[in-house]
Amino acid sequence: MAGLSTKTGVDVTALRVGLVVITLLSSGLAAAAYVVAWLLLPFAGDSANIASRAVADRRGIGIVALIASMLGVLLVVASVLDAGWLNAVAWPIIISVCGMVLIWRNADPEEQAALHRVAGPVFAPTAPGAKERFWLRVLITVVLLATGLYTLLHFTVLHGHHQADLLPPLGGLLLILAGTVVAFGPWWLRVARDLAAERQARIRAEERADMAARVHDSVLQTLALIQRRATEPQQVVQLARSQERELRAWLFDDQAPGTIKGKGVTLAAGIRKIQQDVESQHRIAVDAVTVGDCDLDEDLEATLAAAREATVNAAKWSGSDTVSLFAEVEPESVSIFVRDRGRGFDPEAVSADRRGLAESVRARMARRGGLATIRSTPGEGTEVTLTMPRSSAADQMPRRT
Amino acid sequence: MSSPSPALDPATLRVFLVDDHAMFRSGVTSELAGHVAVVGEADDVQPAITAIAESVPDVVLLDVHLPGGGGQAVVAAVKADFPEVRFLALSASDAPEDVIAVIRAGARGYVTKTISGPDLLDAVQRVAAGDAVFSPRLAGFVLDAFAAAPTATNERPSFDPELDQLTTREREVLRLIARGYTYKEIAKELFISVKTVESHVSSVLRKLQLSTRHQLTRWATERRLT
Repeated sequence: MAGLSTKTGVDVTALRVGLVVITLLSSGLAAAAYVVAWLLLPFAGDSANIASRAVADRRGIGIVALIASMLGVLLVVASVLDAGWLNAVAWPIIISVCGMVLIWRNADPEEQAALHRVAGPVFAPTAPGAKERFWLRVLITVVLLATGLYTLLHFTVLHGHHQADLLPPLGGLLLILAGTVVAFGPWWLRVARDLAAERQARIRAEERADMAARVHDSVLQTLALIQRRATEPQQVVQLARSQERELRAWLFDDQAPGTIKGKGVTLAAGIRKIQQDVESQHRIAVDAVTVGDCDLDEDLEATLAAAREATVNAAKWSGSDTVSLFAEVEPESVSIFVRDRGRGFDPEAVSADRRGLAESVRARMARRGGLATIRSTPGEGTEVTLTMPRSSAADQMPRRT
Repeated sequence: MSSPSPALDPATLRVFLVDDHAMFRSGVTSELAGHVAVVGEADDVQPAITAIAESVPDVVLLDVHLPGGGGQAVVAAVKADFPEVRFLALSASDAPEDVIAVIRAGARGYVTKTISGPDLLDAVQRVAAGDAVFSPRLAGFVLDAFAAAPTATNERPSFDPELDQLTTREREVLRLIARGYTYKEIAKELFISVKTVESHVSSVLRKLQLSTRHQLTRWATERRLT
């Protein structure tokens, strides 16, 4: 699914929902096609598909043949009993079931584990003491389903459609539903939990990247500064102290370093703050100009953090004595330009361990849907351009004209 | 008050300094020494008007904030009698309304006091030559001042669209100035000549000074209120 989505560029969730809908419409054929595709298509980064391994799996093929023949017999019985509706879904079911068996037996250990995790609660209980509960569940399900089916069929088929008889079939339906819930409830719960866990993991990964960027901006920067000013004890003490304050504020008061936020803080105030901080820490003049102003949201806070990092970078590496910082608020976007007339560099040649521009500026902007471009010419200087689309144009302050 | 050093040749620019901080005056004097002749200093509006009328310098370096009022009072008083005297506004403060007021009174440019000695000299020479000198900050102020779309309905009858709006090119030039580009770099960036850049800047200055735009005149007072 995810592979198909990367190929077509369509959202994974949309594809999944689409598949389910198509499956229902084609009475299961699409599901069968999906299982066959699973068999035939190799995974990303994998050369062999599952089918090629399955061909060598004699026992698996035997089981498949057995299941297929059993389903075939069931089909014959069903048609004898006049349950013709089963025929429409029979073939997709047979193909899907056989395919799944082959996949189950021949998939990678990793994938088997995943399958086991998803399907486990339905078929094989793992926790101690769960065996009794499992059989109890099966028993309840069977009783509920049997009673429900009996009530439903008995009253609708044998007694025709009398108004007075509407209640018993409804009761039967409810019993069937209850049976289904008892049978599959734990499994549904597990799937839902898995989805939640997956989302949490993604959020954690993003938080980690954000934290790495912040540590880089604050602690690592200060350590670099301390090394450079090693000959000036006064400066070193001052730097260490301010870093300590910042870290404490981060750890205990939840004020992340480098963030400019708070009620009533605007973009222009944030730019001024960057100017003051960088000027006091790096002994460089920051020529800050803002046009227009607006309130900060999370996107713009990230943009300011990126702008700060770009400014600090210029202060540290350019060798220039002035950095120009220009921010403009427009109805659709906010742009910030950080420019120095220093030594410049070749953007292609920056080593991977210099996280500053890559992680703190580019990735930070990208995570928020913004854009960072870096233009640098050795010997002439560097300009970092940050553009962030504005989430809501409504919060723009009226231009004072 | 000092008289021009005899060692300088007659073509040397004659500069007058108006600032209430003696420290700043002596700093500028020493920075410009040898390149221009500082023909006088003053620390407030009235003394400045009197002294400028006596020495008639080429360029007056004018602090935007003076104890006896804004720098624009000096510009207005001197311009009436000596239109050839040119003004370059200087300030440490960020108050855009004051800066715009001095420019509208007739100053040919604005630089911040953090400007380096060589850059200040360059600015003085350009103002003397009749050019406009826009620091990044002034460019930002001007973009801000002209930002709102003119609402034709509440404009006065004398509404002049040509004067009341900046062209796209002028905006581009101002943006690049605000981003820290020199005229030369702007010319390269926009594939135009330095002369064209200068003419765009002069045109912006003209609009700034001549526009009767309702918003622009009200801009200063409203900023002060918010």
